[in-house]
Amino acid sequence: MATQVDDARIIEFDVRTDEMLVNMGPQHPSTHGVLRLVLRTDGEIVSEVEPHIGYLHRCAEKIGENLTPRQWIPYTDRMDYLAGMNMNLGWSLCVEKLIEHELPEKAKHLRVIIAEMGRLASHLVGMGAYGLDLGTFSPFLYAFRERERILDLFEEACGARLTYSYLTPGGATADLPNGWLQKCEAFLDQFEPVIQEYHALLTTNAIFIKRTANIGVMSGEMAVDYGCTGPVLRGSGVDYDLRRDGEDRYTELYDGYAFEVIVQRDGHYPKDHDYPAVPKETVLGDCWHRFYVRMLEVVQAIDLVRQAIDRYSTASGDWGVPIKLTHKLPKGEVYLETEAPRGQMGFYLVSDGSSIPWRVRARSSCFCNLSVTSELCRGCLIADVPAIVGSLDIVMGEIDR
Amino acid sequence: MAEFFHTTCHLPAPLAYLLAAIIACVLIIHVVAVGALIFIWLERKVSGRIQDRLGPTRVGGAFGWLQTLADGIKLIAKEDITPKDADAMLFKLAPYVGFAASYCAYIALPFSDGWVAQHMNTAVFFILAVLGIEVFSPILAGYSSGSKWSLFGAMREAAQVVSYEVPLGMCVVVPCMICGTLNLVTIGNMQAGSFTNWLAFNDPFTFIIACVYFTCATASVNRAPFDLAEAESELVAGFHTEYSGLRWSFFFMAEYGSMFLVSGLAAILFFGGWHGPIPIAEPIAGVLVVVVEPLVNIGRYLLGFIARDIGKVTDGAVAIQIANLMGCLNFLLKGTIGVTVMMWVRWTLPRLRIDQVMTTCLKYCVPIAAFGFVGALFWQVFEVPTLNDLPSPIGINRSVAHESWVVEADREREIRAQAVTPSPADLPGESVGSFDSAAVDSLVMKGGAR
Repeated sequence: MATQVDDARIIEFDVRTDEMLVNMGPQHPSTHGVLRLVLRTDGEIVSEVEPHIGYLHRCAEKIGENLTPRQWIPYTDRMDYLAGMNMNLGWSLCVEKLIEHELPEKAKHLRVIIAEMGRLASHLVGMGAYGLDLGTFSPFLYAFRERERILDLFEEACGARLTYSYLTPGGATADLPNGWLQKCEAFLDQFEPVIQEYHALLTTNAIFIKRTANIGVMSGEMAVDYGCTGPVLRGSGVDYDLRRDGEDRYTELYDGYAFEVIVQRDGHYPKDHDYPAVPKETVLGDCWHRFYVRMLEVVQAIDLVRQAIDRYSTASGDWGVPIKLTHKLPKGEVYLETEAPRGQMGFYLVSDGSSIPWRVRARSSCFCNLSVTSELCRGCLIADVPAIVGSLDIVMGEIDR
Repeated sequence: MAEFFHTTCHLPAPLAYLLAAIIACVLIIHVVAVGALIFIWLERKVSGRIQDRLGPTRVGGAFGWLQTLADGIKLIAKEDITPKDADAMLFKLAPYVGFAASYCAYIALPFSDGWVAQHMNTAVFFILAVLGIEVFSPILAGYSSGSKWSLFGAMREAAQVVSYEVPLGMCVVVPCMICGTLNLVTIGNMQAGSFTNWLAFNDPFTFIIACVYFTCATASVNRAPFDLAEAESELVAGFHTEYSGLRWSFFFMAEYGSMFLVSGLAAILFFGGWHGPIPIAEPIAGVLVVVVEPLVNIGRYLLGFIARDIGKVTDGAVAIQIANLMGCLNFLLKGTIGVTVMMWVRWTLPRLRIDQVMTTCLKYCVPIAAFGFVGALFWQVFEVPTLNDLPSPIGINRSVAHESWVVEADREREIRAQAVTPSPADLPGESVGSFDSAAVDSLVMKGGAR
């Protein structure tokens, strides 16, 4: 600057405001747990966002190397604690792949019911919490009202409301109780029309669209590059869903089910239901689309549960008796990914022939989804940071494990 | 009121003024504090019902109506923390600035015909000016907290409230223009009669202006969807992040105080003030007076020894006071409806982003307010017929009201002149003597009333 002192005008217009380094989290209302974002801000504009993780690390993987696979099931509950059932499912399938266990027909349909109900419960939180991130409180409570009913159903099935440990290697800890299916159907009948209200409050709300459209736009290529999965990937228009494209051991659960992957093709989402139209302001891959994919998956999950209930009630076999607690694992290594609500949840297991795994590893979907934050948030406003992070719908328990 | 104490109760003039001021202060502080108490409770109930839950149900028996008081006791008992990095003096001062501004503005807010702490012929201007001071509270709080989130909140508040003052002012000017006065009592009285006389229904432009006013008022008191200064999902709690206990609650008293204030102002400026949609207050008062009359007579008898000439109060005056009381309830109801609408909006809509808030203000509110202003102006200038010109089957229309107001003002001025220079004939017994009003005023002004 010293060289320019001669020209007074330069000095005059060389006023710069200070950059401020702000910690958003780990104790912050909208970081979904204990995520810490370090924001470099210039006034309201965020020039750089750096996520810091590790505040919820509980050594789950290491614990898995000291317990038998069935004993480790409760630890998977605590990974994505909003979708414990889907975590159970991922680990169970992984162990079954190693021991080459075949499930009875009925157990498969039971798993579809439970997994899709888990997806429903998880997306409801995702939806409600996203409303909170954008400053509207009520949808959160509406979402929890419905989620409570799903949790009631889960409680009836397995006795727990958050950490279920219901699906285990071999099948499930118990069959569904009598009358459960009727209650489940009653819930779905009540819930399905209510979704329109959520669309009115959020999806099609003018302010909501203003806050989410064209914010945090992620191209399909970028989503693939960062390894994003789940609704985040599909929100960017990439047609990929493990329920259709995954391993046989996983996709056979969904054999014969009619469902279409929720993704925008040629500017349109699958027209199975009466969805509100996509607003003009939105761009494929923005926060609105990620949210919308989740909303459509809720409808899809309802449909899948209905189909599964029909099949379950006519299927042969039992619910799948769990393997022994100290089941000897054959020597080898397996890796299996499932489509959890937040993306692809992979479990990796190496066995040296004892009943306790030699190595356990979990591949978290949220970790990859979170990794795009820095890029998406560059140059946005402070208010957009919760909007973008919320649209990724992360759960820190899964990232830190 | 000072005249009453002076002439009727024979108090020395300075004391009479002081007493009148104290009574007004105490009444208003109760309106603000009790109002906040009720509105916080109402907010919790309204939000509870909107969100499919019950809200408070326990404290105070039915409906948890004492919940806010319990919260207040909790807040008083909480530790008063001043952060290490805070500018202690400003930090402690900030909540009081906000509360004092919100409270002061009530001085000029009439609750019914003539029921106002201080008659001001510039009441509208005074309220806007004092409300403008309120913005210093969040700015000071945010600046002095020593927290980055607070600072963000303060900057947002400064940007937002200062911008919204512009369209707010433009909206407020319209009723003043139509009525030709800044006196809120007059503006209220000119809307007497049925609801067709309300200024919001004067012409299409004033209706638009009323809507814009409500939007801007919501923004200027920091209510959702414009509550950026305390956006919990972005700024933790914004400017009051570091506050605790009683100081924190002062921010809320100020917030709810100003909420009612702007709603009340909307009621007076656009929605008839203390006049109901159908002018039934006076007939009812006429009936009530039959019931109240004997009680008043007993009161007169009992009070006779201190207020010797209270007996001169005519029966019509009692009826007027009853009508005023009903008008006051009417006004409180209208203000509460405004506050409830704000709550409804808050619990329904997502929050706007700061740039969208500014866009709403500068690209929508200001032009629409300007358009409405010009429209209403031409409507007045060309004397386009309004609903007000309809022959009213019941009650009176504005021009009649205006005339009666002029007559009334002349009468009041006369009474005032008489009161400050009482003739010995009116005051038997010991006389305080005559003095000139200018001397009293200067005494009060200098604070030498004692």
